[in-house]
Amino acid sequence: MSKAPILQAVGVTKNYGRVIALDGADLELFPGEVLAVVGDNGAGKSTLIKCLSGAEIPDEGQIILDGAQVSFKRPQDGRHAGIETVYQTLAVAPALDIASNLYLGREMRKSGPLGSIFRMLDSSGMRKAAKEHISALGIGTIQNISQAVETLSGGQRQAVAVARAAAFGQKLIILDEPTAALGVRESRQVLKLIESLRDRGMPVILISHNMPQVFEVADRIQVQRLGKRAAVVTPKTHSMNDVVAIMTGAMTVDKKDQALSPVR
Amino acid sequence: MKGPQVSQDTATYDAAAEFQDRASVSQKIQATLHKYPWLSSAFVLLFASITFSFFNENFLTPSNFSLILQQVAIVGAVAAGQTIIILTAGIDLSCGAIAVFSSMTMAKLVQGTPGEGHPAGWSIWLAFPLGLAVGMLGGAINGFLVTKVKLPPFIVTLGTFNVFVALTLTLTKGTVPSIEMDPFLLTLGHYVNLGPFRITTGVLFMIAMYSFLAFVLRYTGWGRHVYAVGDDIDAARLAGISVNRVLMSVYVVAGLIFALSAWIVIGRVTVASPNTGSDLNLDSITAVVIGGTSLFGGRGTIFGSLIGAIIVGVFRNGLTLAGVDLYYQLLAIGLLIIFAVSVDQWIRKARK
Repeated sequence: MSKAPILQAVGVTKNYGRVIALDGADLELFPGEVLAVVGDNGAGKSTLIKCLSGAEIPDEGQIILDGAQVSFKRPQDGRHAGIETVYQTLAVAPALDIASNLYLGREMRKSGPLGSIFRMLDSSGMRKAAKEHISALGIGTIQNISQAVETLSGGQRQAVAVARAAAFGQKLIILDEPTAALGVRESRQVLKLIESLRDRGMPVILISHNMPQVFEVADRIQVQRLGKRAAVVTPKTHSMNDVVAIMTGAMTVDKKDQALSPVR
Repeated sequence: MKGPQVSQDTATYDAAAEFQDRASVSQKIQATLHKYPWLSSAFVLLFASITFSFFNENFLTPSNFSLILQQVAIVGAVAAGQTIIILTAGIDLSCGAIAVFSSMTMAKLVQGTPGEGHPAGWSIWLAFPLGLAVGMLGGAINGFLVTKVKLPPFIVTLGTFNVFVALTLTLTKGTVPSIEMDPFLLTLGHYVNLGPFRITTGVLFMIAMYSFLAFVLRYTGWGRHVYAVGDDIDAARLAGISVNRVLMSVYVVAGLIFALSAWIVIGRVTVASPNTGSDLNLDSITAVVIGGTSLFGGRGTIFGSLIGAIIVGVFRNGLTLAGVDLYYQLLAIGLLIIFAVSVDQWIRKARK
């Protein structure tokens, strides 16, 4: 496997007024891996991924995607560059159906003059493609693709959001606390989704508070502390207690013991 | 051993059937209304029409329905613009003021200002597009304040409502332009016979506007984005929709619709008066709400508003024919609004 990271953040700084959210944070995501980012509240996890996805503009530092420096101004920029993000707040429109949500913001038009002149949407085409994306991820519980999203359970909604990211993510997928609002069984579904994304070779950044889940799916775990990267470890070399200790500053890991290169 | 197994299977099957049946009648109605929000208003229209026909035999006649349609053409047209704004979870109190302002612009430009050194008025082919442009500009001002200054639409349009009324009065100095209207401006007042119905071209124009908007909302990406923005603005933004651009376009299109409604107004009342249309804001909101569109955005149909406008017309007309006092007509429409919003809340609660 190539050693070059697909996504790299170098010394990213972000201030909100007098609050320093990120203080020179680094991150490397390697092809085909699941990188978990953990940290206490206010450690800068969310701000870091917002800078990566384009939802926030970093004050300083570089973001390098596939070897080229990028500077995103809006979430759309990150999206165009091939970074898909699934937000904690379940960014789906409840009254629209599953197919519409999957294609929200990048609808398919009909071919020919109906599409180019009358700007008509290819609803049946989108439904068909949406069905394929949903079943490709092994989400069998959704029967009707033209069901409104609000009729789905929380796990199914999250599955729709993940399916959207998987369908359009070219380079990598960022999942921000995907299981925070979910029950045990629904969380399991989402973890399975993450594993099936990895099986398809898609690199994933997973932000989570849930240590058991992180240890279950992550290849490497980046611990954020006070706006910086405190350490990168793997579930094999360190225990959950170690990670919590690093998070709180009770433990530091020597550079040579960290998992700064890909483990997969 | 086979026997019990079969019965076990049927037992599970029955349990599943029972579970489906457990959705009570009211829940089923709720689910249906949730899917088709205009159904309840269509039902109200049907029920009201049948009821009123018992009180007066003249009610259910083509000529009376033609009359109702003419009466609701203006409110109906304005309600079309109001609907797309309410679908984005906004509201427009300035719609009537925009309509009147653009109608006065058209009339004033055509007429010129005789006796003040500007003898001749402008060509209608300049004045009419300029009137429409004024409507779009009014909408653009609302849109700018909503998207860029980030004020709530209610406050924005409450402000611009007063501004446009003031501008209209400044433009006309409080007088009604007395000179005869240009024939083109009166186009939408002409009568046409459609079988037993005798309606104005304004009614047909309004229906054409509704059909066009229905097509755009249903079949284009823009339409889907309008619904998405009203449904959950953050989700829409994160999905990559340029939320501000969608909102801005909605206010500008609505402004154009209000200006076109002004054309219907001129056709109907044959003068452009600064005093017509002061109630259009509340009347159009009434029509939209009765038509089943949610004030919280993202839910509703454009044709629902047409049905809503017709319901208000049917109530006014039917109660008049039944000899009911005007006060009670207002009371009935007030109750209807509260009923419509209650139904909307009830439907929404079902699916939280």
